[in-house]
Amino acid sequence: MTAIQHINQTIGRVPPWLIYVVAVFPPCWFLYQGLTGGLGVEPIKALEHKIGELALQILLFTLAVRPLREIVGINLLKHRRALGVVTFFYVLCHLLVWLVLDVQILSEIWADIIKRPYITVGMASFLLMLPLVATSNNFSLRKLGPKRWNAMHRLMYPLALLGSMHFVMLAKGKQIEPLIYLGITIFLIALRWKGFRKKNFAKILSGWFTTASNTTK
Amino acid sequence: MAGRYKSDLKWSDVTPKHAWMNRRQLIAGSGALALGSIAGPAMASLAAKKTDYGADLEPNDWDAITSYNNFYEFGTDKGDPATYAHALTTDPWTVEIDGLIDNPGSYGMEDILANVTLEERIYRLRCVERWSMVVPWVGFELADLLNRVGVQPSAKYVSFETALRPDEMRGVSQNVIEWPYREGLRLDEAMHPLTIMATGLYDEPMPNQNGAPIRLVVPWKYGYKSIKSVVRISLVDQMPVTAWNTYSPREYGFYSNVNPDRDHPRWSQKFERKVGGGLFAKQIPTQLFNGYEEEVGSLYAGMDLLEDH
Repeated sequence: MTAIQHINQTIGRVPPWLIYVVAVFPPCWFLYQGLTGGLGVEPIKALEHKIGELALQILLFTLAVRPLREIVGINLLKHRRALGVVTFFYVLCHLLVWLVLDVQILSEIWADIIKRPYITVGMASFLLMLPLVATSNNFSLRKLGPKRWNAMHRLMYPLALLGSMHFVMLAKGKQIEPLIYLGITIFLIALRWKGFRKKNFAKILSGWFTTASNTTK
Repeated sequence: MAGRYKSDLKWSDVTPKHAWMNRRQLIAGSGALALGSIAGPAMASLAAKKTDYGADLEPNDWDAITSYNNFYEFGTDKGDPATYAHALTTDPWTVEIDGLIDNPGSYGMEDILANVTLEERIYRLRCVERWSMVVPWVGFELADLLNRVGVQPSAKYVSFETALRPDEMRGVSQNVIEWPYREGLRLDEAMHPLTIMATGLYDEPMPNQNGAPIRLVVPWKYGYKSIKSVVRISLVDQMPVTAWNTYSPREYGFYSNVNPDRDHPRWSQKFERKVGGGLFAKQIPTQLFNGYEEEVGSLYAGMDLLEDH
């Protein structure tokens, strides 16, 4: 058995509900740290940024599920729905920290959403998530049919781009970290593009991984 | 001249020194216990002249002031300066003072300090990022230094420069902004009695993360105008180039006076939050000129503060 088969076997044993359970811990831990001084002297911003970054990381991981399977051979398809829902949960936490703890003032919240492009973009990303999280169940999948459901869930691409743009746009000075996130987002989306595939880039990558995993037999 | 300025902040409202010293002693003590030795805080007090300031605000404690900093030469995270600024050599230190003055030259820290009287100044600090603090600085009026070097009548502006030492400043390997960090003031702003060169806080020598050994403090402007670890002061006749203004003139004007009505293009400046208030700290309204309108408003008479921001 190859290394990748081993990995897939292990992943297969993880029930999706476990992802939901584990996912609740990081925001709770951050909140606890914020309450007890673990996030420094300005815990509101720290909490907001930590949860926001976590949301972006899980979002990118969700986007990576398909290329991971097609190129590397690691199969996380069974867990993709859980990862998507967890992304939404983190974005919601991030949004709530911003609304309730950070901005606080209702008129300022509304002014920010319409006047500040990075907030507008972040909010747009959140809104695009709503139909996806609402249809992340078997009933909706049956009702819509796989074709329409899949088409709808391609909203992931624009919302991921908006999400990483949100991070790029709020940086002060020329910072590299947000650009790395944006670069990864673009790369993961580009892997789905047919023209990109025709150039056999995905196949070449896939070839490398097959060779690599075969040599570790 | 020390004692020229009377603010509305009271010395009695500063967190009593023993209160925060005890806390530091506790921290130092726990560290010392772990090392198996006994050590108390051995701090060299600056014995700055106490001034009788009025107060409606409570200064932040030592921990907040020294752990939450923007000093991008050491990294862009608020905690980076406290973690990495120790690498900066602050002794010996000289400040190059040049340009349109009678006595240009390199002035050593001892020389600068020998000719001034240090005093406490409890000032509000408002960061452009919408957080604020109250800091009990120790320093002297910039005007005292400028008068000593003899400003020539043709000088209209003062330009400042921070040290640029790639070996000691890990953040400068990334061009977050253009290095060296530069700032500038109009001459009348620089000569204003509120404008100080600070060499300490809480009557202790300036911690590196706060801009040791000598930094500018201009309390009515956004924090980034108060340039840290100054190595050069030049008197010039043209408006000087400044770091953040070069990065984005629309976002960071030359004047950068605190103004709740002039939004940063990416965020509102109407409110601020004082650091240290925990997870449920309230937003407070930002004041024009950071509350120093009475003292400095006349400097900008007839100027459109929204245009000339």
